[in-house]
Formats: sequence, structure tokens, C-alpha cells
Amino acid sequence: MELVEVNQLQAAIDSFAGKDVYLHLETTNGSYASHFNEGFFNAGAFIRNVVINFELGKVVGDSPHRVGLKLPQGWVYAQGITHFEIDEEGRLLLAGHDGTGKLAVALQLSETPFSY
Amino acid sequence: MTIPKERHVLVIFPHPDDEAFGVSGTITTHIQQGTPVTYACLTLGEMGRNLGNPPFATRESLPAIRKKELLASAEAMGLTDLRMMGLRDKTIEFEDDEKMVRMMEELIEETNPSLIITFYPDFAVHPDHEATARAVVRAVRRMDDRPKLHCVAFANNTLDVLGEPDVVYDIKPVREHKMNSMKAHISQTAWMLEEMEHKLQNGDTETENWLTMERFYAYRWDQDFE
Repeated sequence: MELVEVNQLQAAIDSFAGKDVYLHLETTNGSYASHFNEGFFNAGAFIRNVVINFELGKVVGDSPHRVGLKLPQGWVYAQGITHFEIDEEGRLLLAGHDGTGKLAVALQLSETPFSY
Repeated sequence: MTIPKERHVLVIFPHPDDEAFGVSGTITTHIQQGTPVTYACLTLGEMGRNLGNPPFATRESLPAIRKKELLASAEAMGLTDLRMMGLRDKTIEFEDDEKMVRMMEELIEETNPSLIITFYPDFAVHPDHEATARAVVRAVRRMDDRPKLHCVAFANNTLDVLGEPDVVYDIKPVREHKMNSMKAHISQTAWMLEEMEHKLQNGDTETENWLTMERFYAYRWDQDFE
């Protein structure tokens, strides 16, 4: 993955607009957060292989960036995006990695389903 | 405490690297004593958070990396019967409970173990660890002739509630194998190993202890978790 280059990322997001695409969206503090830090309120969410069709997608702000997708009847967004990659299968993978190298957020789009 | 010879040992954990920290010394010792060992690893740790910064992997490339690491860990322990069970990291507790019990029953029926090693329910911290432990305990509970069930517990309240572990093995003779098993999972253990080296150099006895002893609780059927 590379650090987000806004123009390149925007072009990549645009290329998925108006198509049925598979979504992976994840936020996480890690399953050990309240083990190492008792009392920590651990929250996260995970969606994988839900099909969406967005009409407008935008990458906004300085790094870490925010990325939002406007759907005909709804929204998808992620904040904390630092890195991106179009992988060998043509999937757009966005991730937010903290200073210690741990993933905190991921937003991914693919025209074919992600693995299980 | 010396490690007794078993008919067959069945180890069941959800993530590649779960075996390395807690039991790789014990697994290695059983194998060196000629006891057949089966390790069923339920997921490939697909949701691991250590991806580096700069990243060395993506959410999508991580499973293949961790699969290779798991195979390397098995090799470090001399383990030849490794089962990858195909579930997804962080989803085990949401699977059908009875399906999970059946998965464990099938493993038990096939391998006929005299000892099963897994996590201790309610003292295993990670939801996947807990779900694995519950499924194993439920499967063993239904058996007429139960094998020994040794459980790894590391929740912060373990000592307060369970007391000192009742099964403690000296694994010094296979210390290098344990090190190599942990090193095999380098994508997830690099920072931890670095910290460990540092502590060892400073003569930290707790860390040294951790590399020379492995600790289990025999499951307490008279205080069953449910």
C-alpha cells in the first residue's frame, strides 16, 4: 500500500461509481483493547460483501483522510484513511494504519466478491 | 512436572499464533516423545491488525501470509497433522453453537485423544478464544469417557478466580523450538519479540519464566462454566 495521493485515489473511487460493487468496511480497536486497558470501551463494526451502487464518491481532508460514498438512498463513509492500493485483482483497498502499524479502519471496493 | 506420554493430543485454537505463545513447548515435547499431535486451527487470523506502517500487507493479502506462518510454526514444532478449519477470524461466536460443537466432536471422534488442549472458558479474553473454548467444553461434556482437558487462561482475573495453574511444564529442553514457533508468526509477533528480547537482556525473570514454563488449568467439571 502507498500513502494516499488524493488525485489518484479520487480517480480510483470514480472508476467504481455507478456500478454494483462489493463493499468491505471495518473499524476496530482490536479484541485485546479492554484487556490491556481495563475500562476501555471497545467498539467496532464490520461489513463484508454487501453490494452497493454509489453515485458519488469523495476523498476529503488532509491525511488521515475521510472517504464518503453517496448512495441513491444512503451513505457509506470512513475516516482515518492513510493508505491505498489497487491490488492485482483490480480491487480498491483503503486502510487507516496507526503509528504502530495497526489497522484501525478499512474501506474496500471490488467488482467481484471478496473471499469468505 | 514432566509431560506424560499420551495416546494422542488434540490442540484446538482459533488463530495462527495462539499455539506459539502458550503451548508450542508442550506440543514439541509431546511430538519428541512420540505422541501424535493434531492441531486444529479454526481461522487464518484474517482480521489481524498488525499490517505495518508502512504496510507490509493488506486486509486481503494477510490470510495467505498467516497461512505460511502457521505452516512454518508447525514445522518448528515438528507437527505434521495441522488442520485449517476454514472459519473467519472474529466470527466464531456468531456461528451456530451446535455446528461448532459438532466440528469439535468430529475432530475428537477421528483422533481419539487422551488429552485435549484449548482455552479456558471465561478466562480467554478474545471472543474467538471464548467461543472455541465453549464449543470444546460442550463437546467433551457429552462424552461418556472424557479425555483430559487442559486449558490456557490469561484473563486479568485468572489468578484471583482460578488460583495458580495446576499443570505446569518445564519446557526448557525445547526452548529453541518455542522461540522458532513464535518467530514463525513474525507478521504478528515482531513487536512482541522485540520487547521480549529487551526484557530478557535486562534480566526480567518473568519473561524468562514464560520461555521456560507452560501453564494449564485442568478443566473443573465440578465448576462447569454453564
